[in-house]
Amino acid sequence: MRRLEGISKLSGRERYVDDLPCDGALWGMTVRSPSPRGRIRSIEFGPGVEWSQFVVVDHRDIPGPNEVFLIERDQPVLASDYVRHMHEPILLIAHEDRAMCRAAVKQIRIIIDEQPAALDYRVLPASDQVQRGQDNVLKTLKIEKGDVEHALAEAAHVVEGVYETGAQEHIYIENQGMLAWVEQGVVVTQGSMQCPYYVVNALKHALARDESQVRVIQAPTGGGFGGKEDYPSHLALHAALLALKANRPVKMIYDRSEDMAATTKRHPAQVRHRTGFDASGKLVAQAIDVVMDGGAYVTLSPVVLSRGIIHAAGPYACDNVRIAGRAMLTNAVPFGAFRGFGAPQTLFALERHMDVCAETLGIDPIDLRRMNLIRDGQETATGQVINDGADRERVLDLATKHIELPERREQHATFNITHPFLRRGIGLAMFFHGAGFTGSGEVALQSRVRVAGLKDGRIEVLASSTEMGQGTLTVFTKIAAERLGIDPSQVLIATPDTARVPNSGPTVASRTSMVVGRLVERACDALLEQAGLSRDARGERVQQAIRAWHVAHPNAQLSSEATYERPPGVQWDDNTYRGDAYGTYAWAAYAAEVEVDLRTFTARVIDFVAVQDVGKVLHETLARGQIQGGVVQAIGWALLEECVWERGGMKNCQLTNYIIPTSDDVPPIRVYWMQTPYAHGAQGAKGIGELPMDGPGPAIANAIANAIGVEANVLPLTPERLMQMMDGAHV
Amino acid sequence: MLVQEPNSIPLAGATDVLVHWPAHLDAHAKTYLDLSGLDDLRHISWNQEALTLGARTTYWDVIQDEQCHQEFPLLQHAARQVGAVQIQSRGTWAGNIVNASPAADGVPVLMAYDAVVVLQSTAGTEEVPLNEFYMGYKQMRRRTDQLVVAIRLPRRSYAVQVFEKVGARRAQAITKVGLAMTRSSVGWRVVASAVAPTIRRCPSVERLLEQDAPVCSPDDLAEAFATDTQPIDDIRSTSAYRARVLARVAFHALQSQAPGRS
Ligand SMILES: Cc1cc2nc3c(=O)[nH]c(=O)nc-3n(C[C@H](O)[C@H](O)[C@H](O)COP(=O)(O)OP(=O)(O)OC[C@H]3O[C@@H](n4cnc5c(N)ncnc54)[C@H](O)[C@@H]3O)c2cc1C
Repeated sequence: MRRLEGISKLSGRERYVDDLPCDGALWGMTVRSPSPRGRIRSIEFGPGVEWSQFVVVDHRDIPGPNEVFLIERDQPVLASDYVRHMHEPILLIAHEDRAMCRAAVKQIRIIIDEQPAALDYRVLPASDQVQRGQDNVLKTLKIEKGDVEHALAEAAHVVEGVYETGAQEHIYIENQGMLAWVEQGVVVTQGSMQCPYYVVNALKHALARDESQVRVIQAPTGGGFGGKEDYPSHLALHAALLALKANRPVKMIYDRSEDMAATTKRHPAQVRHRTGFDASGKLVAQAIDVVMDGGAYVTLSPVVLSRGIIHAAGPYACDNVRIAGRAMLTNAVPFGAFRGFGAPQTLFALERHMDVCAETLGIDPIDLRRMNLIRDGQETATGQVINDGADRERVLDLATKHIELPERREQHATFNITHPFLRRGIGLAMFFHGAGFTGSGEVALQSRVRVAGLKDGRIEVLASSTEMGQGTLTVFTKIAAERLGIDPSQVLIATPDTARVPNSGPTVASRTSMVVGRLVERACDALLEQAGLSRDARGERVQQAIRAWHVAHPNAQLSSEATYERPPGVQWDDNTYRGDAYGTYAWAAYAAEVEVDLRTFTARVIDFVAVQDVGKVLHETLARGQIQGGVVQAIGWALLEECVWERGGMKNCQLTNYIIPTSDDVPPIRVYWMQTPYAHGAQGAKGIGELPMDGPGPAIANAIANAIGVEANVLPLTPERLMQMMDGAHV
Repeated sequence: MLVQEPNSIPLAGATDVLVHWPAHLDAHAKTYLDLSGLDDLRHISWNQEALTLGARTTYWDVIQDEQCHQEFPLLQHAARQVGAVQIQSRGTWAGNIVNASPAADGVPVLMAYDAVVVLQSTAGTEEVPLNEFYMGYKQMRRRTDQLVVAIRLPRRSYAVQVFEKVGARRAQAITKVGLAMTRSSVGWRVVASAVAPTIRRCPSVERLLEQDAPVCSPDDLAEAFATDTQPIDDIRSTSAYRARVLARVAFHALQSQAPGRS
């Protein structure tokens, strides 16, 4: 089945928010903080601008609480008297002419009485940098099982290590953008987003309106990767405030530079491992400390930290585990959701550390992993018993087989002593990724999907899950068509418009195909019953019955809904952090071959193998695209993408200076599947979207360590950083 | 027109001038002189002594020219590494010179081939060796009433020809360190980019090579490069990296292209 919207995207006919007609709209722009922390002393509107022609909004124009509704309410929609990070929005202005609006923004001076900013999340703040509690800690979380200290004391070997990863910018192709207007008293916003109902909640709260007075429509979205999870709530509020004040439609489209400077990024993280092994190499204790930079407001940091620590001990069996997680408030632009959501950071540390341990113990890194891999019947760090029938050892073996590990190691040994300046190495990472919301999250979401049978016999699927390039439209179509045994052309997917679609939850956490896809199936089943058919009815019979139903019930609507139900036996305790953290996990082993150029200290990935068990693969092309795209994004994070910071803001916020991979920086990415079905996912599918972000970082770092013998424990491994690491090492 | 409006800005491929157009609002009020009608300025011509590139000659024009490839292979090496095809087909060598970026890729190879910039105004023609064209960061020996009309390269036979561009990725990247090196009957030319306010020759390194001093490791070149360049820390790299890599790239290039040299 072809990708449904593929042709319109390829041919440029797809209309993104910036392409949508919006008659009489004003351009809206944002005036931002020039400082990381301080009190706003004054705001000066410069000369030479006809200010009366502008609509200007500040915090006083917010009808409800000046809070962006999310986990906590600490973040203002617009700063009132105090700023906590660079680029924090303070004022909004709008004008018919985009260039005049842009020029006017530059004529507004914000004067700040600066206060000492906390800019390094790795160290505790000085007293004058404290802004939350006693120590700027935003959130702590802990997982504990067994007796770690005792086990470490008894262990034959204890290996320690510190690992660090940097921020990462999403670089969705389409920048953030939003339209807002008021239609018969209803505030409508339309734009690029992942989670329409998050925007609804934010609008309801700060605009003091009930749900019937706000409406959110997703426009075709050019990529999200988590960057359009919470941020569109801000933009929608901004556009709505301007539209309400101007009494005209308002369009806000960020340019690349503003987008990179002002929106969220991946949390920087530092992870410490202290690991005990018995004499044979069996894991006996894992003590892990995770610290993340949350930035200036809470935003999603508690849940990013949560996923981070749950993945921190990896796919291994160990009786004594203690994982302590801490997210710190700093005066950096708030960090947010990004594909993997904390897991890539902790899995980098873990899987890099496994190689360090293997070297210390004198065991082959593959053998060390195989020996400790979790087996059916054993428990994860949170005490979740794994019993899914997936053959994890085979996942690992396939990766070593496809990368031809023994043969290449031998070739490299010769190559590395004969080539004047190139060095090759190979590295592997074994990992897992929990799909869906963590713990009781899916139960709390109560996601709903509706399926309607139309007069002409076609089917319409209504959900708030969004297409953002990953293939939701195609996969939902395929799931519904196959469930009912009808042609995909007979299935429509409704535009996520909160006036029409039920809340199927946010499009995040690799949950759409697996969790929401399953709801599509169940809603299809219910529709069959509604149409007077048995659940196994398929094909033309189904469509005939739907048409007949409409004849019998003129002017009525045939539709049915499915609501999420907790799979039987799944238990989670939020207080103790024990139980079934996720409904299921995808398992994977990734292997990278790298070549390091000693002239320029540049590492390049020259071959890549990705083996994974993701349950049923629903659409091979799309799934392969997810894996390959994720690997490319992770190659960028591992080798190229460095945010250069200045006072907690990104200095290199242009695509010329923030370097993402081009096709020439990417090796062949060879994707292999194992398909152990998951009973509660659509057709047996598990989530796959985030998985490929987890493995490449450590596999590449391990390969670099293997090639040139450096402690490649910090990402990104830019040439400058590799040079520093190699200083001292003989090259 | 350049006489009447001395501050007007010539536009060739506009790949430098227009990059920041939407954000640089003050650029909108300036006067621009579109050179696209001047077909006489777009040519690749040869005589006994020299190759002449017209001022509107693009990278792509040179990439497609077989004789350029034979006699001045570094022009193609460099051209292939400027942006991607879109930029190669619009961007001009003269625009690269006058834009005067210390990280330009066209300039170093031209300089290593002893190129001469031909300037013209209503007052007449003036020729400035490219090597003497830059006086400081974005400062050059070109009066605002002068157009670059051509770039002339003397024809010689070369024993060594090297161009190395070190960017942050393999394509579509601004140079962090660049090197062009030639050896001909007139001697060595060593040109470094992105390690000084302007692209420049490295006289100490050239002297060292002329004297046939032994070069057994990058360290043997590093000191001379340090005399000739002033690399800085900036958003794209560090001065330490630039210095180290320049010497290493030069060393390995010498090893492969002139192994029997020392
Ligand atoms: C995406 C992208 C990638 C790029 N990659 C590279 C790269 O890899 N390497 C690199 O070196 N450059 C790169 N550039 C920069 C640019 O393409 C080159 O510098 C190019 O050679 C400029 O030529 P142009 O004809 O477009 O110059 P223009 O933009 O037209 O002009 C540049 C300057 O030269 C002046 N000028 C032009 N012609 C004349 C003339 N005849 N007489 C007097 N003054 C003149 C102009 O007034 C202006 O000041 C890149 C640019 C972009 C947008």
